Formats: sequence, C-alpha cells, structure tokens
Amino acid sequence: MSGERFTEEQVQRYARHIILPNVGGAGQRKLLDASVLVIGAGGLGSPIAMYLAAAGVGKLGIVDFDAVDLSNLQRQILHTDADVGRSKVESALEHLRAINPTIEVVGHDSLLFSTNVFDVMAPYDVIVDGTDNFPVRYLVNDATQFTGKPLVYGSIYQFEGQATVFMPGKETPCYRCLFPTPPPPGTVPSCAEGGVFGVLPGVIGSIQATEAIKLITGDGDTLEGRLLLYDALDMSFQEVKIRWDADCPVCGKEPTITELIDYEQFCGVPARPE
Amino acid sequence: MRSDPTDMSVQVKLPTILRKHAGGEPRVSAEGATLRDVLGDLESRYPGITKNVLSEDGGLHRFINVYLNDEDVRYLGSLETEVGEGDTVSILPAVAGGSLALDG
Repeated sequence: MSGERFTEEQVQRYARHIILPNVGGAGQRKLLDASVLVIGAGGLGSPIAMYLAAAGVGKLGIVDFDAVDLSNLQRQILHTDADVGRSKVESALEHLRAINPTIEVVGHDSLLFSTNVFDVMAPYDVIVDGTDNFPVRYLVNDATQFTGKPLVYGSIYQFEGQATVFMPGKETPCYRCLFPTPPPPGTVPSCAEGGVFGVLPGVIGSIQATEAIKLITGDGDTLEGRLLLYDALDMSFQEVKIRWDADCPVCGKEPTITELIDYEQFCGVPARPE
Repeated sequence: MRSDPTDMSVQVKLPTILRKHAGGEPRVSAEGATLRDVLGDLESRYPGITKNVLSEDGGLHRFINVYLNDEDVRYLGSLETEVGEGDTVSILPAVAGGSLALDG
C-alpha cells in the first residue's frame, strides 16, 4: 500500500494531520499502513481505540471477552446505553466503524491465554495494553518480548494512572523489569472494592493512543525508559526511570521464563473459559 | 530517632491505597538519614502504613517499587539508600486497573 496517493476523501478526513509538522503526508501514510492491536475494550481501550480509528490506523484489532454492563458506561465511552448486554467487541466494532468506516476493524471476542495470544497478536505491528488484570498484563508483556513487538502500557487505579512504552531489544526494560512477578492474590483488593474515577482511563488511554501513534509515525520521543505517573486528585504528573534489569526473568541476562505463563486469574475473572 | 541531628526531612508520596493510614493525605513528611529510617519514621507516625511495603524479613516487596526522586532505590542502595533534605520518596505498587498490590 506504501506510496499510494491519498484519495480525496482521505485528504479531507486527515487534513489536520497532513498539514501538521511531525506528521504530514508521510506520517499519515504510515498510520494508514499500520496495524495496532488494542487489548481490552473497556475504560482504557475506549479512548485508545477511538483515537486510533479516528487517526486512520489502517488495521485496528480489538480483543475483549466481556459484555457491556450498565456499570461500564461511567467510563467506557466506546459503548452506549443501547449496548448494555451486547458483546464489547461487537459494540466496539460498530462504534469504531461509525467513527471511521474507511479503516479495517477486526474483533477478537476471546480471553487471552498462552494458547492463543501469539496467533491473536501475529497480524499487528504495535500492541496496546488496555487490560485490567495482572494475568493478561504479564502474558502480553512476555508475548511482546518473545515476538519483539512494541508494547504501549497503561494502568489505572481509583485516581491514579501509569503509562509507558516497552520496546523489546538489547538491554531495554520490560514490564517484568519493573515488577518481576504478579503480586500474591492476598495482597490485591477486589475489583468492585477499588472503584475508578470515570475520566481517569480517558487521560491514560489518550496518552497510550498518543504513544502508539508516535511509534508508528516515528517522530517525537516516546515514554520508553520512563514511567509516567498521573494523579487526578492532585492533578500532578510525575516521571520515574525504568531501567533494564539484568536479572529480569524474561529479558535479563539469564532468563528463567522462556515460555508463556497462564497465571491464576483473580478479581472475578475465570482462569479458563468455562 | 527523630531527634538525630543528621536526620533529614523528606516528602513521601503515598499511593491511593496507603493514604487511609495517613488521614487521606497524598504526601506526608518523614525523617531519617536512610530510606530504612524514613520508612521506620513513617511507620511510627502512621502505624500499619509500611506493613505491605516491607516483607517479613524486612526487605522491600518485589511487587512494590520505591523511588528516591526519579530513581528506583534498587539501583541506589535499596533500604540503605541515603536520603537528603528536600528529597521525595515515592511508593509505587503494581497496578492493574481495578486490582493492585498493597492492600493496606
């Protein structure tokens, strides 16, 4: 597809990118030729997928296994009241096509496990993690490390969020350099107990979409090596360094994890499809 | 311990989950010459606050990161890292959206 001219429709649709220094026609062409997988069509996945669709990412994959619940609508802006009870993937695809009918949107209505994660990720250049649980987070980290795909990470709790970019490579950090193993289940409060400020995933998901677009266009500096911390109550941003850990179980000098692991799910999510 | 003239006053930035121990405050002051002292002082002011930061053997839990300013203390001197006046210590649990480590 590279080198193709823009259609008249594309020139209009992407005009504000095409005239923008640091994106331009070349950057927009890269977006049209790119493929991105968004894991989760929830709080984070909503703004991620909506902005990537609007930006003209040529192929956008959406993974989720859940159905839209009324309690999701306070923050999951991809879904509407009429979608309650529908599969999130089905609802997401319909709304993303309404935003931009000229891109390819692909649904993966499934939980991710060691058995399917490589196949689901295979067609995509960039992986964006909008998941809400540790088992999938570690699975996606390890799978992107094993396949060398860039991973845009985001995470939220109550009023606080985190985001960064992990670029697999020699002596570059991964999520396990930050947190080598999932916390023991006893230390984790239940999902319902936690609560989440509705706008928070909008802020963090938008940052993730920003980073995914920059990875594709290749311009600007991403959050690689930096963990961005956001506190909505304080309205403060903070950055801390993420260093490659030579003892990392996945990307360290002597890896101890060389295969995907299905961690036991907690927080009400089954470990296996029932 | 607080009267030691070498002790420095640092700001400790608390994650949401630990704020309940400190009356809801997002930041508190603590004193000490090392991170271990600072956490000890924090515990004496707000009992229970470091219960899930430190493991039973007195080390740092691996699912919780502690930063001195913007550097992970594991790359400094872990609990023996020296702190200085005006430094900020940030406690950061692993977070997974709706679930996280460090239930205090």
